[in-house]
Amino acid sequence: MTKPIALAIKWVLIAAAMVGILWIATRLAAAGNTMAVVIAGLVGMGILAVYATRRAVPLKYLVPGLLFMTLFQVWPVLYTANLSLTNYGDGHLYSKEDSVKDIIAQSVREVPNTPRYKMSIATAEGGDATTADLVLLLTKPDGTMYLGDKTGLKPLAATGVEKTSIGKITKAPGYTVLNARQANARSKDLSAIAVPTSDGGGVKPVGLSEAFEGRATVTFDAGADKLTDTSTQPPSVYAPKDARWVNVADTTQSFPQGWKENVGLANYSRILTDDTIRSGFLKIFIWNVVFAIVSVLSTFLLGMLIALLFNDPKLRGKGIYRSLLILPYALPGFVTALVWKGMFNQDYGIINQTLGLGIDWLGTDLGAKAAILITNLWLGFPYMFIVCTGALQSIPQDVREAATIDGANAFRTLRSIIMPLLLVAVGPLLLASFAFNFNNFGLIYLLTKGGPFNGQDTSIGSSDLLITYAYRLAFSGSAPNYGFAAAVSVVIFLLVALMSIPGFRRTKALEEVN
Amino acid sequence: MSTVNAPVPADPRMETRVEQETGRTSPASPKRRGLGGSVWWRHALGILALVWALFPILFIYSAATNPSGTLNTASLLPSGFSTKNFVDLFNDSSRPFWSWYKNSMTISLVGALGAVFLGGCAAFAFSRLRFKGRRGGMMALLLTTFFPALLAIVAMYIIFASIGDALPMFGLNTITGLILAYLGGALGANVWLLKGYFDTVPRELDEAAIVDGASHVRIFFTMTLRLVMPILVTVFMLVFVGLYGEFMLASVFLNDVENQTLGVGLYGMTLGNDANTLFGRFTAAALLGSIPVILLYLAFQKQLVGGLTTGSVK
Repeated sequence: MTKPIALAIKWVLIAAAMVGILWIATRLAAAGNTMAVVIAGLVGMGILAVYATRRAVPLKYLVPGLLFMTLFQVWPVLYTANLSLTNYGDGHLYSKEDSVKDIIAQSVREVPNTPRYKMSIATAEGGDATTADLVLLLTKPDGTMYLGDKTGLKPLAATGVEKTSIGKITKAPGYTVLNARQANARSKDLSAIAVPTSDGGGVKPVGLSEAFEGRATVTFDAGADKLTDTSTQPPSVYAPKDARWVNVADTTQSFPQGWKENVGLANYSRILTDDTIRSGFLKIFIWNVVFAIVSVLSTFLLGMLIALLFNDPKLRGKGIYRSLLILPYALPGFVTALVWKGMFNQDYGIINQTLGLGIDWLGTDLGAKAAILITNLWLGFPYMFIVCTGALQSIPQDVREAATIDGANAFRTLRSIIMPLLLVAVGPLLLASFAFNFNNFGLIYLLTKGGPFNGQDTSIGSSDLLITYAYRLAFSGSAPNYGFAAAVSVVIFLLVALMSIPGFRRTKALEEVN
Repeated sequence: MSTVNAPVPADPRMETRVEQETGRTSPASPKRRGLGGSVWWRHALGILALVWALFPILFIYSAATNPSGTLNTASLLPSGFSTKNFVDLFNDSSRPFWSWYKNSMTISLVGALGAVFLGGCAAFAFSRLRFKGRRGGMMALLLTTFFPALLAIVAMYIIFASIGDALPMFGLNTITGLILAYLGGALGANVWLLKGYFDTVPRELDEAAIVDGASHVRIFFTMTLRLVMPILVTVFMLVFVGLYGEFMLASVFLNDVENQTLGVGLYGMTLGNDANTLFGRFTAAALLGSIPVILLYLAFQKQLVGGLTTGSVK
């Protein structure tokens, strides 16, 4: 009876998916990403093959999840592994050709007696004013209009364009002109723009509404693979070295623009051989393991004790206790971490005030670690309490009665009967908790940011986990090093996997007991 | 204390059983009152546990209603009631609290619904259908949980930056992009939890339905999904709470103050001098921001206990 309707729904959904993929593919094609278009096409054909036929029933249920997993989990992981073999990072963001182009464009100096353009700053229509690539809308004194971006100068059709009386373009079809405030916010990107022109020169912005035409002082000799800067006397020659252009006469000088290059296992060998990094890495690793183990054990013990405490049929008000005890776990993690950060404040925090202490919790090595463990105990024990309560309830009564009849006292029953059964039930969850805490970025970052930074190496904090260390390598500091951060990530993954394998073996053995 | 009382529960189960059989009508019997003595120390320790669990929450409340609204004037016990911090919070145009709230709710809701759907479908396949690579697939899923998305954060950043070039609505600094990134981790541990519960639903039901001529789609949507509702609720809750509290990806993805989540926004209120001067506003925001999750927990705590243990034991 519902067959035709179900069929109709099915084909509508398939058609919708196809239209969606087609639309994505056209956008990808417009952005010039051939590889992504091919992948989108394959995904589309895969969806048709799975859903339009009667075969492959399991895949019908697996494809949606697998698609997301492949795109946004497996692919980033492979990308990370690939990235860890490169020097990608500050000063090494694009290819060698691009670095040459950029250096030449940046070396542009204003050619005497050339006209200045009136300039407006814009993005492609629909682009985000804060992040999208900038384009320059230019008007020559004679009124001809141009469009400039990093690929070059193109004439701009006059239809639909609006100008002010001095020639500044205020509207152009296909582009969104930024207002002064938006443009000002992009001044850093603006200063990096140089539109290459056909005669080897370039157009560069001056301020927010003018641009000048200039000529490059650096030239590239592709045959010799060398750059020559004619603005100095005598001209200085730069040759490639360690993915940068280094001055041949004075090797301390180089251009800031280098290129991305495959460096093999250099990032990994740096972890193992660079003395400061190696000792720091080892220090972080030890604390990381201690942190994860102590967190799991302390939360489990406290949670289990409270669960045992309330595991008495005669006790009234268990529901109320449980609802209140669950609250620390129910607070969002960032709230917990940030509130405890306030409570641990040395001067104003209520912990020092209430207990009459003057401990510099977040500023000393031990204090920070203690603060983190205390916070995590508070944060994590309710989860263990819930889990243990459930597991205790699932232990059959007759097992306990049998122990009692055999003459075991309460402690003996707990140790020999209840604990092993409890561990079978919660073992996998303890492992999951370990793996989670091993990478508990949020807690550490929000509470201490990995600090305090008292050691000899100021890039390594005393409460850093590997993950917060990797994050700082990649995203903060003046010179992010994505390649090295990726290598650290891969090492973390291997460590967690290696440490978890014996644990999972053990849980399997435990399960057979049951 | 416990050493004195420990031997007492020699056979408390017998006690309750007898009580149950006799209709639990004698709470005032002398024997019960005698044994009631073994309960009071549990209450005493229970209250101690409550003090430990609740004092930071009391502190949040006290600081949020503290009229001066700074960290150095905040105390553990409430020092008067004032809504000043809340009013200041709502009127702070540089910190759009309600946008953060809306973003967090949207992301967590859509992300959790998506994760339940994707996970439920996959768990159905793993639990009900037989195919090559079933065991291997489950193990592979477990392996992916070792490599959380946050380890691949650099790659995620680069990938979503390039997605944003072609499809700006899914790129960096968009809520949709962040949801997609979260959905990448939708399978993993959730499928294990779901499959454990799916396995407890008797296969005979499916077989009976097949005999009656029902297709697998019909069985899945009209029968299985209803029977496993408790675990779906549990997973929804776990994912919702997880996404609501997620900080790392959100802080890397969302730059615009209007697009940020509560976590990222609140973090910004605790930096430098703001940590002291904005503490009242921060705790007011924290209090309001905690409400959805706390309500969810209190409403579904039974399912949570049931779901977590059933899923893991099986």
